[in-house]
Amino acid sequence: MTDHTTAIEVTGIVKSYGDTPVLRGIDLSVPAGTVYALLGPNGAGKTTMIRILATLLSADDGTARISGYDVGTEPDAVRRSIGMTGQFSAIDELLTGRENLRLMADLAHLRKAEAAARVEELLARFGLADAGDRRAATYSGGMKRRLDLAMTLVSRPRVIFLDEPTTGLDPRSRRDLWQIVRELLREGVTILLTTQYLDEADQLAHTVGLLDAGRLVAEGTPAELKAQAGGETLDDVFLALTGHAATADDQDDDTEALR
Amino acid sequence: MTTLTYATRDSATLLRRNLRHLVRYPSLTLMIIGMPVVFLLLFVYVFGGTLGAGLPGGSTSSDPRADYLLYLTPAILVMTVVSVANSTAILVAKDATEGIIDRFRTLPIARSAPLTGHVLAAMAQTVFGVLIVLGIALALGYRSDASVAGWVGAAGILVLMGWAVTWLCVALGLASGSVEAASNAPMPLILLPFLSSAFVPTDSMPSGLAWVAEHQPFTPIIETLRAFLDGRDPGSDLWWAIGWCALITVLCFWWATRLFGRVRAS
Repeated sequence: MTDHTTAIEVTGIVKSYGDTPVLRGIDLSVPAGTVYALLGPNGAGKTTMIRILATLLSADDGTARISGYDVGTEPDAVRRSIGMTGQFSAIDELLTGRENLRLMADLAHLRKAEAAARVEELLARFGLADAGDRRAATYSGGMKRRLDLAMTLVSRPRVIFLDEPTTGLDPRSRRDLWQIVRELLREGVTILLTTQYLDEADQLAHTVGLLDAGRLVAEGTPAELKAQAGGETLDDVFLALTGHAATADDQDDDTEALR
Repeated sequence: MTTLTYATRDSATLLRRNLRHLVRYPSLTLMIIGMPVVFLLLFVYVFGGTLGAGLPGGSTSSDPRADYLLYLTPAILVMTVVSVANSTAILVAKDATEGIIDRFRTLPIARSAPLTGHVLAAMAQTVFGVLIVLGIALALGYRSDASVAGWVGAAGILVLMGWAVTWLCVALGLASGSVEAASNAPMPLILLPFLSSAFVPTDSMPSGLAWVAEHQPFTPIIETLRAFLDGRDPGSDLWWAIGWCALITVLCFWWATRLFGRVRAS
């Protein structure tokens, strides 16, 4: 965290779907080796922002640079330094956990021995060693999410995007995932995550950006935001700064845990 | 390594993935090969006696059903290739509607590699399917007068056609937006051989329809295959067949890779 170079630099990003504006001019900057949380309710534009940064969507206006490379004009250079775990499971359910990781290692052009070692290392680190030869279709929700993230890490990306990484996870899997994020941070990785959970941003992020209807309405450390709004929790902050409550559907957690 | 060798290596990696799918989902292959086999049995045993009698010279034949088997088998081989391609549309749509397509799209790999992986897997399945269906036709009494060169030509035209219709189906799979739509999108491809010389000679059709049949891609492809397997020279049909296959491949490769950049998982 002593590294002050900028990993993600976003200037004036605008995006509409047809006549519906989704992002209305976003500026943000994430120093290398820190966690930035984009916090906001459904429909605020969080996923669109991540998809633009991950080269999956092009912005209508504005620029975004990842590790100095422009997402619009140098997508391949950007792709070499990023990893993304989206909201939707990006694992191959017909393959085993080990085969999924090996697929990523082969696509990252690792040498044979290196690929095999990396796969075993990640299986062990994500608690999937015993389940490595089972098809991913048989995994629990938490295991699938861990495999998904492990697949993202195979190529050792320096910038990682996590789109609602804990949505739908039970409380324990959620804490496991937080732990993984903290470990990545210790390795010097830069992380931009989106979340609807205020406590998640509070727990993980150095900087929180409050996204509401396509605009960043506030930005700062969790402590700064709380001081600014005079509230105790980020919930209070959200209410104070947007005039309405954040509508996080935390209820998913409970139904998942009961399964 | 150069860009091209990387693209080849990535396509091979993704081919391995898709072949694993086929091995782990054998009911799909069974279904794919089942369709042409059912057509073969239906057309030979139910319609074959009557249709065979209607072939040129069939009215005086001692065994019109056997004649029809001879006429039909090349068409059934083409149907096998189409059936495999059809299933590729479904597999591509499945990838496209799941998060995995976003993973592939955020990797620094050739845009075409995940699609080429599907097409190569389909080609392996085509070879397997064609051999099985040909084996069944032989068991029913099909015999070919083809020389070695004829067999090579027949295999070549099947592969060329497989390549073309599979790229078409990859594009359809990406364009359809859901697995259900993808399973219906290639329907015209299944019906089109019926409007060709596949099942009956085109000169038995009303003149307007015969014109359509003679000018659509399946007729020169099937006639070329038929000529190779009968030990004849396919003549200009061969060039028409190659031309159609090349045109369809180029257009659909371009269409599919363009769609791949745009499609979003839902």
